[in-house]
Amino acid sequence: MAAHVQTGKNYINEFAGLKSWLCSLDHKRIGVMYAIAVGIFFLVGGIFALLLRTELFSAGPTIMGANTYNQVMTYHGAVMVFMVIIPGIPAVLGNFFLPLHIGAKDVAFPRLNLLSWYVFMAGSILAISTLFTSKIDTGWTFYTPYSIRTSTATVTMVVAAFIMGISSILTGLNFIATTHTLRAPGMTMGRIPLFVWALYSTSILQVLATPVLGITLLLLVAERTLGIGIFDAALGGDPVLFQHFFWFYSHPAVYIMILPAMGIISEVITTFSRKTIFGYTAIAYSSLGIAAVSFFVWGHHMYVSGQSEIANVIFSALTILVGVPTAIKMFNWTATLYRGSIQFTTPMLYALGFLFLFAIGGVTGIMLALIGLDVHFHDTYFVVAHFHYVMVGGVLMALMSGMFYWLPKMSGKMYQESWARISFVFTFIGFNVTFFPQFILGSMGMPRRYFDYLPMYESLNRISTIGSYMIGFGFVVGLITVIRAIYSGPPAPANPWGGKTLEWTVASPPPHHNFDVEPVITAGPYEYR
Amino acid sequence: MAYHRFNLDLFISNSLLNWLGGTMASHQSTHHVIPAKVFVIILGILLVLTVLTVVFHSMQLGSLAAPVAFIIATTKAVLVMAYFMHLKYDTTINKMIFGTAFFFVALLFILCVIDIATRIPVQSTL
Amino acid sequence: MSTDNKAMGRKHHFAHHFRSAEHEYESAKQGIWLFMATEILMFGAIFAAYAIFHSLYPSMFAEGASHLDWRMGFINTCVLLVSSWTMAMAIQSLQSGKGKNAAPYLIVTLLCGAGFMVIKYLEYTHKFHLGLYPGKWFTYEGAQHSNLALYFSFYFVMSGLHGIHVLLGMGLITWVLIRTMRGEFDEHYYTPVEGVGIFWHIIDLIWIYLFPILYLIG
Repeated sequence: MAAHVQTGKNYINEFAGLKSWLCSLDHKRIGVMYAIAVGIFFLVGGIFALLLRTELFSAGPTIMGANTYNQVMTYHGAVMVFMVIIPGIPAVLGNFFLPLHIGAKDVAFPRLNLLSWYVFMAGSILAISTLFTSKIDTGWTFYTPYSIRTSTATVTMVVAAFIMGISSILTGLNFIATTHTLRAPGMTMGRIPLFVWALYSTSILQVLATPVLGITLLLLVAERTLGIGIFDAALGGDPVLFQHFFWFYSHPAVYIMILPAMGIISEVITTFSRKTIFGYTAIAYSSLGIAAVSFFVWGHHMYVSGQSEIANVIFSALTILVGVPTAIKMFNWTATLYRGSIQFTTPMLYALGFLFLFAIGGVTGIMLALIGLDVHFHDTYFVVAHFHYVMVGGVLMALMSGMFYWLPKMSGKMYQESWARISFVFTFIGFNVTFFPQFILGSMGMPRRYFDYLPMYESLNRISTIGSYMIGFGFVVGLITVIRAIYSGPPAPANPWGGKTLEWTVASPPPHHNFDVEPVITAGPYEYR
Repeated sequence: MAYHRFNLDLFISNSLLNWLGGTMASHQSTHHVIPAKVFVIILGILLVLTVLTVVFHSMQLGSLAAPVAFIIATTKAVLVMAYFMHLKYDTTINKMIFGTAFFFVALLFILCVIDIATRIPVQSTL
Repeated sequence: MSTDNKAMGRKHHFAHHFRSAEHEYESAKQGIWLFMATEILMFGAIFAAYAIFHSLYPSMFAEGASHLDWRMGFINTCVLLVSSWTMAMAIQSLQSGKGKNAAPYLIVTLLCGAGFMVIKYLEYTHKFHLGLYPGKWFTYEGAQHSNLALYFSFYFVMSGLHGIHVLLGMGLITWVLIRTMRGEFDEHYYTPVEGVGIFWHIIDLIWIYLFPILYLIG
């Protein structure tokens, strides 16, 4: 434990003024700037979700027409995927805590880090600008041939996604080099926190997969502007090839989303069980394993798109395989809880909620991996429910867990536990009310991305919509809790939770240079007993 | 005791993980200077191989044309990577980083080809 | 924020979060190679698409390739190979203490790049003259295959994307050339030159494959 002199100076108050933030090379400040941006985009994506669910409250037009619905649905997906969930945990919590976790003063390339933020903002603003021009309605997946023929804003949005992809690549590149070269003395790869293993695996995906999205989007732009014909059947091209290229990135992308979330869960569960994590090595290797196998399974999005039977079978088998490293983690977290001294703080509640919800999401994913089932479930609400269980029930729960866990460290203030728990209850219950009926709706055959539906689906849709308002309420309460804490919360100690990783050895908020003295590591990250 | 057995696994796994970390923090010198003479020789070989590419093309090798051209191109590529890009004298991790990219391009290509090559055309009944 | 290390680079200060200039160099090299991996994946994907369509329409691709002048492609290949050599020599000059040779080598590299783009320009304008445009702009009369435009779509996208990278590379070389002429690099510090060099070699690498694929095999 490094004792350090309390000078009262930290990364927030040491340099003042907007320019000191916008030109800051400090990974902590960049993390905070990402937090504000991602938070705003989350609200935008959430509003689109509420609009969408409100429309689906009744069969037939409720508050909008069909074309508007297609746009709202597309923006909900595009904003949430490209501007919230993919950058979310790595850019916010990863940026803030990766150097602290490995005992470093900053990431390997701080200027590149700041550039990543600016590039992300440029792409995001360009994406939002399409709301004020002719908007997009292709769904966030931009499938050809419709994406070739529809409204003009598609090119702008696709270019925006390309730009945001560059930001993602640069962040991943930075994190890999940081993890490889900036670990403190004694901090071997076998002693880094599991959050770092998670970020490392995620970064490998970001670096390897995103370039393929880049070229795919460039080709789509060329398809629209030059009519190159690669994806257009009318010109001898193959629309399914677009799907191959798109999902080569987008399937690893969903692991870019979930791996950092799993890293947070590892941290939170071990801290609030006051027990060394069970199977550190298995969790570390399974992170790498998930990253590796994620590249081999993309065709499971395309079972009914015209992909050959043989390819279908190969992808199906590999997809079932990817459940194995994931399940290893779930068992290890559960084993960590066993005989732990459990504290039901809000971060722990969100983490426990993750275990429950991600289990459902993961298992339904395996169901979808089976071709025979997917033929019925494809493009129904079953799929929608599955990915919301893993993305919201998984990633977002973990993000909330991490936010409350690390808010005292990042802001130096404690949040009010009672308010945070209310936020959790509404979010968790609301989530299930929203999305569990959608499994049933999908099994009953309700198609996704449809503006309208048959009357027999209405009652479950109504329940789902009510749930979405509960989630909204839960997140608003959570946001208020965070803001209240930052402005008027009681000061937080350096280690309010009794955590064992390095960030808890420095003040809350940390000093600008992280560590007064470079830590020397002599043990693993979770030495509780 | 389960705790002690777990500790032993951790020890073995830690050794593996530390080896992995050691590869990353390799202290192999990356400041090796390749003599100018070697560069000239490599350039010469590259230009000769380029000429060879054209020569083979003019020989109209039919179905062998593509594999031959690809092999020559890959030889040139390896020479550029090893010498001009200094990879031969670089750290293992940098070699792994660069090599991994080619592996995943191959993966993308192979699985797409498996799909396209095994599609069974079906006449529409409409 | 930075630390002066007199043993390594008279003027170079390495960033404060590194232990030494050598540490910073190792880290920078890794970052550079990680970025190169992304370039391989981006170009590799379009090469894969090309290979797939080539196998679907072999005779159409052969017809397309017949419109390309292999001699121009051959010259351009040699130009880029020479430019790779001069780039490597620029770095080697710095490494071996002959830093005053670096700028001339960089200038020649730039000239080679410019030469490449001039030849590219000539090739493109010749094709435009014949109506050989990409995709929907294709106006060439007398194609034996009805979807010949698809070949030229690939040709222009692949060579165009490569050409954009050549221009980017030339910009980066200009940047390090200016810094070289200001005396910012020596045998102890030359990382940016090496980084730009590696990028330039990637551009050469891609062309090594583009030449036979587009011009010869078709």
